[in-house]
Amino acid sequence: MREVAVIGVGMTKFGRFPESTVHDLGREAIVDALKDAGMDIKQVQAIYAGSQYQPYQLGQFLLKQVGMTMIPAVNVVNACATGSTAVREAYIAVASGMFDVALAVGCEQMGKMGLLGVGAQSAETSTEGILGTTLMPGIFAELGVRHMNQYGTKREHFAKIAVKNHKYSVHNPRSQYRKAYTLEEVMNARMVCWPNSLYMCCPTGDGAAVVILCSLEKARQFTGKPVLVANSTMTTPSFTQESLGWVEVATMTRKAADMAYEAAGIGPEDLDVVELHDCFATAELLHYENLHLCEWGEGGRMIDEGRTEIDGDIPVNMSGGLLSKGHPIGATGVAQICELTWQLRGQAPTRERQVPGAKVGLGHVQGGFEVCTVHILKV
Amino acid sequence: MTQQTAGRAVPIVPFMKLLDAEGTKAVFTGSRCKKCGEVYIGTRAICINCYGDQLEETTLSTTGQLFTYTIIYQSAPWVKVPYIAAVVKLPEGPVVTATLTDCIPDPALLKAGMPLQMVTEKVRKDAEGNDVIAYRFKPVR
Repeated sequence: MREVAVIGVGMTKFGRFPESTVHDLGREAIVDALKDAGMDIKQVQAIYAGSQYQPYQLGQFLLKQVGMTMIPAVNVVNACATGSTAVREAYIAVASGMFDVALAVGCEQMGKMGLLGVGAQSAETSTEGILGTTLMPGIFAELGVRHMNQYGTKREHFAKIAVKNHKYSVHNPRSQYRKAYTLEEVMNARMVCWPNSLYMCCPTGDGAAVVILCSLEKARQFTGKPVLVANSTMTTPSFTQESLGWVEVATMTRKAADMAYEAAGIGPEDLDVVELHDCFATAELLHYENLHLCEWGEGGRMIDEGRTEIDGDIPVNMSGGLLSKGHPIGATGVAQICELTWQLRGQAPTRERQVPGAKVGLGHVQGGFEVCTVHILKV
Repeated sequence: MTQQTAGRAVPIVPFMKLLDAEGTKAVFTGSRCKKCGEVYIGTRAICINCYGDQLEETTLSTTGQLFTYTIIYQSAPWVKVPYIAAVVKLPEGPVVTATLTDCIPDPALLKAGMPLQMVTEKVRKDAEGNDVIAYRFKPVR
């Protein structure tokens, strides 16, 4: 396997763009990334395109917008890990030596209903509200309550995570929301699923992000600042009784992190910046532990001590995270790599969210409750 | 072949077996691996624990313990809120998701490990006019 570098990143603002098609959004991010890489679309040898809701011939339709014919286009669907899976496929393609330059794009046009909006459930057939819940806000809330019962974690701990991520998004011009909230405002906001209030849940939204990967040996043709993809890992769940009847994500997340740390030859203590899958405030706290940023049960203390703030020992979600930056499903995993690349280049637009001198970053995505991806980037 | 008549009671999920014509009593059905003894909810072809392919049907308890829960205040338009969405651990090992009944949606009153009893409830008619029978769990007092 060859070493692989990020040579270009691009991203639309996340938000609600009902007047744009998913292809408009993808094109905008591709053009942005090509400009960042200082390259021409003709130098791209393969495209990996992800969208959860509109994956049909997505890569091909995007190429139709930006030019470039006769190259392979592969379309990817993998729940919330759709984008990170596209990045991983591009990584594998370049690392294997098959291509020198591959482009991963994730884009989404969700509308407002999220997973309910695709018609997967209806009043006539649904078990929602009858056999508990199968929806994301409910399950991530149940995971949070489990942590509260196991370790004495308080609702305030989760709320502080939402305060943190909203605070940093104020400094991210591409963030869907850019408004800071006090702890009281988060705690007293409309309850969605105990213990998560509205500001502790990520929004649905639209947007696109692009990462261009290149073999390290050729990367310097395009950039003086290549960011190395040190590792890409992916796991499926443990399939324990919990996982079969409900969900269980700690095992697959820890396994993915363990494999990534081992392969990259670094430990969690070496990380300078982390973008992790904070679809709900409860999720971020659990993933502190799952990614070995702290010990079991220490997640609450970690946020209390400010360790994941910009001046802490391991800043998390300086982009605003899914909670505030937004979560257009297919774009999310790609956007994480964009943010980490900016952080490692020292290019985050403002010092309020640029981690000074960041050298190593980790991106973590959870797709549904069935897939976990971890990427480690370094300079 | 038995004639299917409209208006009979049918379970909402395949792992629920009704014990009478009206569906007032029911049990959970599961699979037990003949090789390693692991028990699963519903039917399984392959044991995840030992990869054995010989599994036999077994009946699971209708009691369990509260594993975790949430109180749902916002849901699909057709769902009445607030309600308690729970995960229930059965003594044989499997977990099932359930809505709690006969229980006030207040976190102060809900304790992990609290004993629960399964009850049945008619929730709707299906397209063929059958009564759809669901299970719920209520606290054992």
